[in-house]
Amino acid sequence: MKWFWKLLPWCFVALFAAEIIAVMAPKKDKEYHVREFARLPVLLNGRIQPFDSVARNSLLQIRSTGDLPLEQVPSWKFWHHPKKLKATEWLLEVMTRPETADTRPAFLIHHSELLGELKLQDKGVEKSGLRYYTFNELKPVLEVISAQAEKASEFKSEQQSTFQKQVLKLANALSLYQRLKVTLQPEGIDNFQREVAIFKDNLGAAQAVAQAGDQGTNQNTAAIRKIARPVKEFQTMAKFGYPLIIPPVAPGASGGQWQNAGAALLESIRTGTIPPASGSYAAMATAYRQQKPGEFNQAVAQYREWLAPRFDKEIRKGRAEFYFNDVKAFLHATIIYIFALVLACGAILTFTIGPSLSESLRRSAFYLVILAGIVHTFGLVFRMVLEGRPPVTNLYSSAIFIGWGTMVTGIIIERIYRVGLGSLVASIAGFVTLLIAHNLAVGGDTMEMLRAVLDTNFWLATHVVVITLGYAATFFAGLLAILYIFLGVFSPLLSQKLRPAAAAPSVAPVEFGKALSRMVYGVVCFATLFSFVGTVLGGIWADQSWGRFWGWDPKENGALLIVLWNAIILHARWGGLVRDRGIMNLAVFGNIVTSFSWFGVNMLGIGLHSYGFMDAAFKWLMIFTASQLAVIGVGLLPLNLWRSFRTRTVPPSGTNGGARVPQPAAP
Amino acid sequence: MKTPSTIQAKGRGPAPVKVSRQKPSPPTPSDAGRMGSSPPREAMLDSALTHLINFFTSLKLTVVCLVLGLVLVFWGTLAQVDLGLYRAQNEFFRSFLIFWGPKGAGWKIPVFPGGYLVGGVLVINLVASHFRRFRFASDKAGIWMVHLGLILLLLGQLGTDLLSRESGLHLREGETKNYSEADRQAELAVIDTTEPEMDKVVAIPQSILMRRKEIHHRELPFVVEIKKFFLNSEVQDRSANTSSPPPSTQGIGLRAEVRELPHTTEMDRRDVPSAIIGIVTPKGSLGTWLVSEYIDGPQGFTVDNRSYQVVMRPRRYYKPYSLQLREFRHDVYPGTDIPKNFSSRVLLQRPDSGESREVLIYMNNPLRYAGETYYQSSFDRDNKGTILQVVHNPSWLTPYFSCVLVGLGLVVHFAMHLLGFTFKRRTA
Repeated sequence: MKWFWKLLPWCFVALFAAEIIAVMAPKKDKEYHVREFARLPVLLNGRIQPFDSVARNSLLQIRSTGDLPLEQVPSWKFWHHPKKLKATEWLLEVMTRPETADTRPAFLIHHSELLGELKLQDKGVEKSGLRYYTFNELKPVLEVISAQAEKASEFKSEQQSTFQKQVLKLANALSLYQRLKVTLQPEGIDNFQREVAIFKDNLGAAQAVAQAGDQGTNQNTAAIRKIARPVKEFQTMAKFGYPLIIPPVAPGASGGQWQNAGAALLESIRTGTIPPASGSYAAMATAYRQQKPGEFNQAVAQYREWLAPRFDKEIRKGRAEFYFNDVKAFLHATIIYIFALVLACGAILTFTIGPSLSESLRRSAFYLVILAGIVHTFGLVFRMVLEGRPPVTNLYSSAIFIGWGTMVTGIIIERIYRVGLGSLVASIAGFVTLLIAHNLAVGGDTMEMLRAVLDTNFWLATHVVVITLGYAATFFAGLLAILYIFLGVFSPLLSQKLRPAAAAPSVAPVEFGKALSRMVYGVVCFATLFSFVGTVLGGIWADQSWGRFWGWDPKENGALLIVLWNAIILHARWGGLVRDRGIMNLAVFGNIVTSFSWFGVNMLGIGLHSYGFMDAAFKWLMIFTASQLAVIGVGLLPLNLWRSFRTRTVPPSGTNGGARVPQPAAP
Repeated sequence: MKTPSTIQAKGRGPAPVKVSRQKPSPPTPSDAGRMGSSPPREAMLDSALTHLINFFTSLKLTVVCLVLGLVLVFWGTLAQVDLGLYRAQNEFFRSFLIFWGPKGAGWKIPVFPGGYLVGGVLVINLVASHFRRFRFASDKAGIWMVHLGLILLLLGQLGTDLLSRESGLHLREGETKNYSEADRQAELAVIDTTEPEMDKVVAIPQSILMRRKEIHHRELPFVVEIKKFFLNSEVQDRSANTSSPPPSTQGIGLRAEVRELPHTTEMDRRDVPSAIIGIVTPKGSLGTWLVSEYIDGPQGFTVDNRSYQVVMRPRRYYKPYSLQLREFRHDVYPGTDIPKNFSSRVLLQRPDSGESREVLIYMNNPLRYAGETYYQSSFDRDNKGTILQVVHNPSWLTPYFSCVLVGLGLVVHFAMHLLGFTFKRRTA
């Protein structure tokens, strides 16, 4: 049996590593080279990105999902994977076959009041309690929506009700959808390629007329008539086309030269030549619309060949970002974290019952946390390279980085103590923070450009990274403290001695509870260091950019609260005001302080005196706060109710963790 | 005056907290008998002093102050939603006590210590415990550095609070100015424009306008009476069907209406003060004028053949040098309107030293010159003008030193702790 326990961890690692390799391995395109198309670079939100990112972020904004399922599968049939449209497939459909796209349930509306107002309760498809609607179903109420949205936009965003926010969100989704429709070609034209060709043939004549101006030669009016309709369509495309897909003709010119398809075609009236990219995109659009895979693939390949010598950097950016989107590193890291979490729980629960089983599970959990950590790190670093920025640039990336910091701390702690606690905390934190990040990503592009004052890699790399590590450390201490309380109250583990076999050979046998308390103390020390230095660095940045070191701004105050709280924990311990248990309760409260500073201060503007008070995030913050207070409540139970301590009749003086047992009076 | 036990505590004896626990046992009658009649008073004084020292050096006080600070910061942050950042800052952080009273009632009672009180007690606590408890020893080096850095930081911030001055400089392209204007303070300028080559200006700051009813100045051959002062107001053209008399008997006030507004608390707005002033010469009154920041141009009058102008304007700070805006740029990311950078190219000229150079002020890169710092703060909507924030803050460097000191101190302290801990574990 011994060999089995030794082998088990490696089996888990092999299993998940195989999955990761399968995900990372290059994949082949099917009939249509959609993946090749998805890699093509365009300019949107001020940055070069592949079509794939445009598609994903648009679908996220419209539907809050990354792809679009085509059939209804009851959720209990989890083994049956429904057919679905990948984001780029959906985008191609919207851009070239809008009639079909209009019948897809792409719009998520979940606000019941809004559904009532639009009389849509009985329409749409329902999945896991959420309702999705097709564009055709929304068509009759478009005017109601835009009227409501206009009313809502008169309010400041802090004063909008949830209803108004949802209306605005829906109106934005609809406008985005309609803009996407005219990105590649005018809506519903069967042969756009031919139209562009006719336009091209008559361009010279039309130009002559335009130059002749009012002199009124009627010779070329036929040519004018021929291009009148295309020009009108191009104007619509120029006005509403979403991403800028046509690269500048002369590369190397400043990036501002990218244009959307319509604008580029309109400009050709002035220049007399149609940019090659316009021709290629027209060919792609027509081939996809007419369902001719061969021609589509050829057009994509031709365009790529044309781009390659001129826009090498952009092509590489497009390919890299496509790969990053496709691999979904954070999703896979999350899955492994969940498994590691289960295994680590198992390891701790079987600590006394089956030592070999427990040790085997602990190792499995530890190895899986390391594997998840590698995938997590891969995603983090890939993102940094893509953006050319330090790890944290917005709330989304702060969640990913907090998870990363906690994971690293957890691995270090596990390496030292080898009792499964480090793995447990690392996997919980990794899983939860990536989940939070996933929910924050629904807003759209997570790699948006940074506004002027933030456009400084120096301060992002110092202040932001350090303070985020401070958050991570405080959360880590808080999580350990929660474990201490639960293990102490509900299990006898805390008073057990760590077996030398399980612990590192260098570790002298200490009590489980003692070891935990040392971990928490050490982590709080680091939290103090990071949060203080990070806060002061933030002040110095503020001094550099706004001329004041400290302005009592909510975000600054939030950071200060964390520093103060950590200082309170340390001084209370040094002053002997609290012992192990007290420190644990204080550390749990640190979770509340940190989450307030991370999320709560952002809500101050929205919340408190406005109708949008109960935003989803605010609700979660309140639930979290309540849960932490409940944990503290448990932690305050008298020690004789703690399973770990009640068995002991005579505590050895001065050693017991937090036991406030009456000491015999000093003689 | 020191008892042996305190001296011992200051040395390498047991921690003073413990001393205080042993100490308070009252002197027994036999003790008193031995020491004679006067010592009890001395002993009482002594014990009171010890109590005081113990109080100010105890870690409990530190924790209590930190907790109070935490509550204060949290409360002060939430209060910003209603009070606005500026007022919340003054009431919570730049105060000794926080006052509270029911809405509408004329009285207020202190309910919580303010930022100055908590911070002040913390500094005393910090300094006192260091003198009392810590020795200069290598293993305490980290703690010393941390606390020294903290004291520096707090004192630096106090210095900033007391000594710093913020103002703004609005320049259109091509415009030159040698003064900046206060953000939230007005002044009443009385300008003697008689001499063609030089104006003589008497500027009366807002704080005096609010307090005084009459202003005498030796440069002015008349008295300026402050009939009314509105901290925040709105001035409009007088509508035809208004029945109430015009606010003043002279100048623009004849054609205007003034309305008092409540003090604004929003961060991006400011009060616009107005006043109704009377000019009284020894020969009699010349009438009243309405002055307001709403009214752009100065209003004139004549006294003893000298021409004067009055104008209410943001308070000005004059400099021995001037700045001219050469170019303002507002860069955006391609294909968007997300701002990438704001920058102002200005020409700095100083007549007395002949200095003349061009500087570029942009985000995160201010101009520091002659004790003042110019930051890119805002801009005109047409992108042809810039607004620079001008900060005069003698203690701006303290946070830099403090950050290094505390950071290093914490690293040193925790590293020694950690190393010691690992070392112990290895040997155990």
